[in-house]
Amino acid sequence: MSTIAPGRTEVTTDRTGVATRAIEESQSVRLAPNYWPFVVPALVVVSAVIVFPWAFTLWMSVNRWTLGQSRSFAGMENYLRLGSDPRFWESLVHTLTYTSLSVAAPMLLGTVAALIFDARFPLRGLLRGVFVMPMMATPVAVALVWTMMFHPQLGVLNYLLSLVGIPAQEWIFNANTVIPSLVAVETWQWTPLVMLIVLGGLASVPREPFESAEIDGANAWQQFRYLTLPMIAPFLMIALIIRTIDALKSFDIIYAMTQGGPGTASETINIYLYNTAFSYYDIGYGSAMAVVFFIVIVALSFILLMLRQRSQWNDAEGK
Amino acid sequence: MSSRLLNQIGLFFAALVIVSPAILFFLWMISLSLKFEIDNGAYPPILIPERFAWSNYVKVFEENNFLLYLWNSVLVTGTATLLALLIGVPAGYGIARLKAERSAIVIMIARMTPGLSYLIPLFLLFQWIGILGTLWPQIIIHLVVTVPIVVWVMIGYFETTPMELEEAANIDGASSWQVFRLVALPIAKPGIVVAFILSVIFSWNNFVFGVVLASRETRTLPVAVYNMLSYEQVSWGPLAAAALVVTLPVLVLTMFAQKQIVAGLTAGAVKGG
Repeated sequence: MSTIAPGRTEVTTDRTGVATRAIEESQSVRLAPNYWPFVVPALVVVSAVIVFPWAFTLWMSVNRWTLGQSRSFAGMENYLRLGSDPRFWESLVHTLTYTSLSVAAPMLLGTVAALIFDARFPLRGLLRGVFVMPMMATPVAVALVWTMMFHPQLGVLNYLLSLVGIPAQEWIFNANTVIPSLVAVETWQWTPLVMLIVLGGLASVPREPFESAEIDGANAWQQFRYLTLPMIAPFLMIALIIRTIDALKSFDIIYAMTQGGPGTASETINIYLYNTAFSYYDIGYGSAMAVVFFIVIVALSFILLMLRQRSQWNDAEGK
Repeated sequence: MSSRLLNQIGLFFAALVIVSPAILFFLWMISLSLKFEIDNGAYPPILIPERFAWSNYVKVFEENNFLLYLWNSVLVTGTATLLALLIGVPAGYGIARLKAERSAIVIMIARMTPGLSYLIPLFLLFQWIGILGTLWPQIIIHLVVTVPIVVWVMIGYFETTPMELEEAANIDGASSWQVFRLVALPIAKPGIVVAFILSVIFSWNNFVFGVVLASRETRTLPVAVYNMLSYEQVSWGPLAAAALVVTLPVLVLTMFAQKQIVAGLTAGAVKGG
């Protein structure tokens, strides 16, 4: 292990020194086989297609640069422009609205579904299989069919509403209902992932506490509230974090169904970013937006991760 | 005994209710794809038409170059997945054995990064090298999706495989490569299958990379079906048929490999913290 070339260590330094610590650890093991050659090809590829774009985006964001025109250094200009761009702030509000709804609904429905699928009943495997299918279906294909179902005159959804006496809606074609309608599609597609994660949590819950609770006369709700819920809390947190990241990043469904419309009523940061970079070719400004968007995602994820850590400490103290 | 039976029936119906949006959606998708325009425009809507419009599927392939786009999708997803396995399986092994799980944080941040922020710099890079217009830009950028999935799944898998055999082989004088190739790899086959399936699905479904990088000749299926929208705004039948053709391979894979997919996704998710 002492044969690690300095050059190789250098490759890992851009990974915030985390990997270098691993080298020190493994150096203490005498005669350990050399595992670094296994990692190097992936390191090269990850540097080229993931780390290089990060760095290049940062650099582009401090430049005045529209494709086809000359580039010049702009300093913080693009970032300042973001602050005074009402369309950006509007898209941020859309993103946060879309995200909070697209997290809340799948979390609630996914947990309920997990509780159902944790029990034993006929055809359970088959039904669970069908339940998971939306998550794997191609988002664009799904979006097209939902667009047809949302059609105000010919769509099947308005027909179904008319059966129960609810007046026809304009769904994605109305600025007031477009975000909830898109959230419905997102919820339809991603509830299964929450269900799978929570189901994994439920599988790890021991039976004994429930038996004694039963003897003590606790009802089903009390058992859920005071036994099940605390025990699956870490899994709910994981589902929450993953769902938040995915909802913030959502692109396919929104772009394929509304392209941010009507007007800009469903334009999230991701869609505005796309338009800026690939419709207006303003890649300097688009890159600044990408950087800020990335910071928003990482910040929200880390707040949630810290909440999770804290809840684990509280649990540990409680024991 | 009868109360247990009632309980089971109750659960069955509760499950049916919560699964019904998925069932109804796919039924309606099939129905749309098999109806002539008259039936698709009928009010009240018709679920099962009197005459099936199989011609919708013929139209998709005859009028929209779908065979070419299907082939493009196979090439992009296939190559990006194979390359990812080639470099990602050894990497997962190396990271697991180095106990450098923390270095996987790069993969987590990669998962948090919106696809668009890779697109702008790589688009410029591809333009500069002059490979826009071929399938290579899409294959390369799909590595952003496939490599993290494979590495992630394989780290998790190699952490659970026993070390004793490898240590024994090591003592017997086998090189690291021989240990990996002859001892670790054969045991890891189920993990590789999981990584392969997830990588194929997420690469196949990807839309955002293609919509920017694909030209007329290099479209993948998701981009092709999206582009049909502008040409055939009114013909729902062929559009639904195309949507079904795009997503059918993935759905079939999901049905046959459900166990692996669930294992891979939940393992990845649980490690996600």
